[in-house]
Formats: sequence, C-alpha cells, structure tokens
Amino acid sequence: MRLVPSPEQAGFAATLHDMLSAAGVPAVADSWADGDYAPGRRLWSRLADLGVTALAIPARRGGLEATPADLVIAAEELGHHAVPGPAAETLAAVPTLLAALGAATLDAGRLLPALAAGQALATLAAPPWLPFAADACAADLVLLADRDTVGPARIGAAHSSMDRTRRLYEVSPAGPMDSCPAVDRALDLGALVCSAQLLGAGRALLEASVEHARTRVQFGRPIGSFQAVQQRLADVAVGLEFARPLVHAAAVTLSTRDLSAAKVACSDAAGRAARAALQVHGAIGYTQEHGLGRWLTKVRVLSLSWGTPAEHRARVMAELTKEAGWN
Amino acid sequence: MNLDLDPGALAFRDEVRAWLAANVPAVALEDEAAHRAWERRLAAAGLAVVSWPERYGGRAAPPLHTLLFEEEYHAARGPMRIGQNGLFLLAPTLLAHGTPEQCDRILPPMARADEVWAQAWSEPEAGSDLAAIRSRAHRTEGGWRLSGQKTWSSRAAVADRAFGLFRSDPGADRHRGLTYLMFDLRAPGVTVRPIRQLDGRPGFAEIFLDDVFVPDADVIGSPGDGWRVAMSTAGHERGLTLRAPGRFVAAARRLVDLWQEQGDAASRDRVVDVWIGAQAYRLHAFAALDAPTTEAGLTKLFWSELDVTLHETALDVLGPHAEVDADWAGGYLFALAGPIYAGTNEIQRGLVAQRVLGLPR
Repeated sequence: MRLVPSPEQAGFAATLHDMLSAAGVPAVADSWADGDYAPGRRLWSRLADLGVTALAIPARRGGLEATPADLVIAAEELGHHAVPGPAAETLAAVPTLLAALGAATLDAGRLLPALAAGQALATLAAPPWLPFAADACAADLVLLADRDTVGPARIGAAHSSMDRTRRLYEVSPAGPMDSCPAVDRALDLGALVCSAQLLGAGRALLEASVEHARTRVQFGRPIGSFQAVQQRLADVAVGLEFARPLVHAAAVTLSTRDLSAAKVACSDAAGRAARAALQVHGAIGYTQEHGLGRWLTKVRVLSLSWGTPAEHRARVMAELTKEAGWN
Repeated sequence: MNLDLDPGALAFRDEVRAWLAANVPAVALEDEAAHRAWERRLAAAGLAVVSWPERYGGRAAPPLHTLLFEEEYHAARGPMRIGQNGLFLLAPTLLAHGTPEQCDRILPPMARADEVWAQAWSEPEAGSDLAAIRSRAHRTEGGWRLSGQKTWSSRAAVADRAFGLFRSDPGADRHRGLTYLMFDLRAPGVTVRPIRQLDGRPGFAEIFLDDVFVPDADVIGSPGDGWRVAMSTAGHERGLTLRAPGRFVAAARRLVDLWQEQGDAASRDRVVDVWIGAQAYRLHAFAALDAPTTEAGLTKLFWSELDVTLHETALDVLGPHAEVDADWAGGYLFALAGPIYAGTNEIQRGLVAQRVLGLPR
C-alpha cells in the first residue's frame, strides 16, 4: 500500500515545475492564443526532452512505458502551469489508440516514436465526450474515434473557445475507419490526465490566491488576514487535499468507478478554487493582462471535457449499484 | 503507487472480519453495562486497542491495521465505543507524554472499559477560546486541589474519570500556567450534572469541582506545560483516530443501498458525491500513512462536513419516513455536533489558513 508519490516521482514533478517556471509559459500561451504555435511547439519539445511525451508509449515504439501514476504526476504539473496544447490527447488518449491498432490505415510504427520524441502533437475528436478536436491546427495528427473505430480526421470549421489558448475544430473521417478495441480505455486514460491537470490548475489558483491575499493591502491590512478570505481559501485547500488521493488511486486501479470519481472531485475542487481565486483577486483577476484567466477558463473547459461531471457521476452510480461489497 | 495489502495486513483484516461477524451484538445506545461488556469482549480478543503496545493490551499493530480494523468494525455495524474519549484522546497523550507508571496504571483498565474516561476541556467562558479556561489547580502537599466548572464534557454522564486543563499559575501568560490533570469523577467535591443533548440523551455533562484533591501522579507532563500536551491530544481528536474513515465508508455504502431501494433521479448525484467524499477520506488516510504531515484541521473539516451532508442526503432520500428512522435520524443529530466539537470548523479553517496556507493572523 502506497498512495503518495515515490521520491523519484516527486523529483520528476519538481524537475518539470522548475523547467516550466523558467520557460515563460505566459508568453508562450499568449502566442498560442494568437495562432503562433512555434513557441508552444518548442515548449512541448522541451517537455519531450524530460520524457513527458513518451510516458504512455510502449518501449518497443520508442516510449518509456511508464505507469499511469507517472502520467498523472506529469499532467498535474502541466495543469499547474496551464501549458497550452492538446495534453490529454497527446500524452494519453492517442498513444493508447495507436498502440492498440493492428495493421491499419494509421501507421502506428511511425507515429508512436514521433509522439514519444515530441516531434508530433496529436489531437482527437471522440463524440460525445469530445465533439471537437482541440488545437487541430497546431497538431500533426488529428484522429476521430467513433464507438469502436478510429481513423484519421479531416479538419472542418473552427470555433474559438472560452479558453483563449484553445481552438476547437469540427472533424469528419478522412478515410476508412479502423476497428480499435481501445477506444474506451483511451478515453478513460484521457479523463485521468484531465483530472490531474485540473488538480494542478486548482493548486495554482490557490497558490495565486494566497500570494495575492498576503500582499494586497486594504483597510490597512493584508486582505488575507480577514476571516472571510481565510475561511474561503481554507475550504479550497480542503477540496484539493481530498481530491488528490482519488486521482492517485484511480491511476492504480484504472477502474471506471475510480476514474470517474476522480474526475468529479477534481472538477469540483478546481472549480471552487477558480471561483475563490477570482473573488480574492477582485477586478485585477478579471483582466486579460493579469493571466489568472488562463487557469480560470482552462478549469471550466477541462471540467466539461473528457466526460462532464454529470456523466461521470452517472458512471460512478452505475458501478456502485453493480457492487455487492462495501468498499 | 499501489493499493495492495501485504500478507500480514490481509491476515489481520480476515481475522477481524471473521471475529466481528461472529461476535458483534446489538447494543442499545443507552445500555451502559452492555457497552462495557462489549468492550471487555473486544479486549479479550485483542481487538480493543490494536495500535497500543502489547503490555497495555494492544498488538503494537501499524497504523494501516488500525484503519483496516475501523473499516471492518463499521462495516459490521459494531457498537459505538463507550471508551472512545479515553482510547482515542487520552491514550495517545499518555503514550506521548505520560510516565511508564501512568501508562501501566491507566491504560490496561481503559482498554477493558473497567475505567471509562470523559474529557473536560470546555468551560462556560472557554469554548472555541480554550486558552481562556478559569478552573484552577492550587498547589497542595503531594498534589493539587481543583476548583471550577467544566461543561460539554463528552461521556461525563457515564464515565469514571476525566482529563482536562486547569489554570495552575494565573500570573503566567494564558497559554502557559496551564496543567494537564486527570481526576476521579466520583471523588469528594465532584458534582456531575448530565446535560440532555439535541437527541434527548445525556451524552455530555457539566462537572463542578469544589476543592478536589488530585495527586501529583495524575499530572501529565510538567505543571505549566498543559497547553502543549493538550494540543497533541487535540490533533488526535481532529484527526482520524476519533473519526476513522471506515465509519464514513460504511455509512456511504448504506446510503447507496438506500438510494437503490427508494431513491429518485433527483438525489442520485448527491448520493454519488457522498460516496466519493467517503472514498476520498479513506484514500487520504491511506496516503497519510506515508506522508503524515497533514494539518489535522484539514481532516476534521472534511469528515465533519461530509458527515452532515451524508445524513442530510439520507434524510432527503427517505423523505417523510426519515423522521421515524432511528438509525438515519439519530445519525443526523449526532453528525450535527461534528462541525462544533474538537474546535469549531471556523476555528479549523482559521488554523488551515494560517498554518497550512501561511496567511497572516
């Protein structure tokens, strides 16, 4: 029994955090929002240098074949820094789909090593969870998953997202769809990565709130000394504290019940962190210049992606009513 | 990361499960004698206090085993633990700060419920502001004489002895000059007046102390060092020793079953959220085995709010039948106390904000 990161995993998270803290992510995200993907691609290349993009890829395809627990460690840091790009797609869902394809239209033998090496970004539409392919314009590989089939997708109309660093694309099949036994598994792993991103984003929002509350002075005192602010941020801390073990357990069991429970709890906890963060920051947080909005909007769109909270709650109950046991 | 139980833990869990299945009685909440008898049977089976050292009646079991025991105990619907204030609050304090003589004298009878303990923290003018206590401990030859009034003393209506803080040096700073003392509730000068709780039961009591003698042997830690000693007990009370995850996991499972029998679509998501909350608390406790630094206030906030939500949800699922459902209605009234005792949740949020998040006082 062990539900906390190993020293190696903690070290991996710290390495990622240090790299991303120094990488100028806010400017990268602004460029990404403006349609200039080159700085973002360079950032993903640096993530690849640290092994992030190879985690879910089989060793025989040039990957690290790491555990889902390692994947959530990395995903939490991506969320923590609000890194732009189709993360759950590139890191988890698309590699899972490709690795499960036999002889098919898609050349997994070529694509998986490219993803592992960070030479390619991948995105995915998979209705109803993912009706659009996020950031398809910036991706090298755009897939469509439909029930038990997967194939390359043709990009259609673009929609701007409430998250400025995302663009959503309608897609249609670009050729024959191949049968794939791993669609559910790929979406589940994507949901797990999304949960970890939400957890990281929630943590960033709490950290930003605390920092602002410690330094912003009103009525002659730091606003963080006021009970109304303290009580609210304490509740945010509780929510995040108790969402984390659900993510780590889901990474171990990969059961539908646990994956969905984690997604619900992380969406909730990060959502409350976002609301509190904006309220603590006040008007400055509502400006584009401040940057809080990158986390605020990402939390909201990630909560609704990879299965809405309502869908995941339904899945949890469906699993619970099948169980005879009590844990 | 993994969720696997080692063979020793599995064997322990199976033993506990089998023993409880064969032995758990139905005990009426008010039946003090039956509760004490049950505690003696638990102790005879070596299951009353698995985490304690063997010489005091325990098994020196690791914390994981305590969590597993609690899961099994609540899944089997074991009776409320009449000795819990002693077992889960005083005992950890004695093991950390007590002398070997105190441990030898006090812990074995506590484990068998031969002596049931009450806590005596709050006073009429010292609730959330615990350091404002006024009850006095006066130095006398060979010990102390206690005077004053304690209130909301859990279990005092049925207990044999009590522990609490007394002001031994009124001239000192309010957090200093306090001494942690144990006293006999049947000693001359002690008057216990039970207070009926919201549910009509005499769960807690007022304790009046009029020049009650306590020997030096019943001081825990050093005179004047009571606040520090007490705060270590407060951590246990807020943490998972008093409200083990197993209790909530079992109750959440019963709520799911209840919903399956008679719930409607409108309450489904609330039931799911309760189950997720209980599971989160359980997993958090497992994680804390390897990283035990979490501020106890975080944990207390989580379980006490979860407990209220859990029971509110159950009552809503039951609808108008809830008010005559002794289990769920009683559990609801019990849960309502959680956000108040062991430091109100407002106090806990302040502690989390200042100690965990580093916000200014």
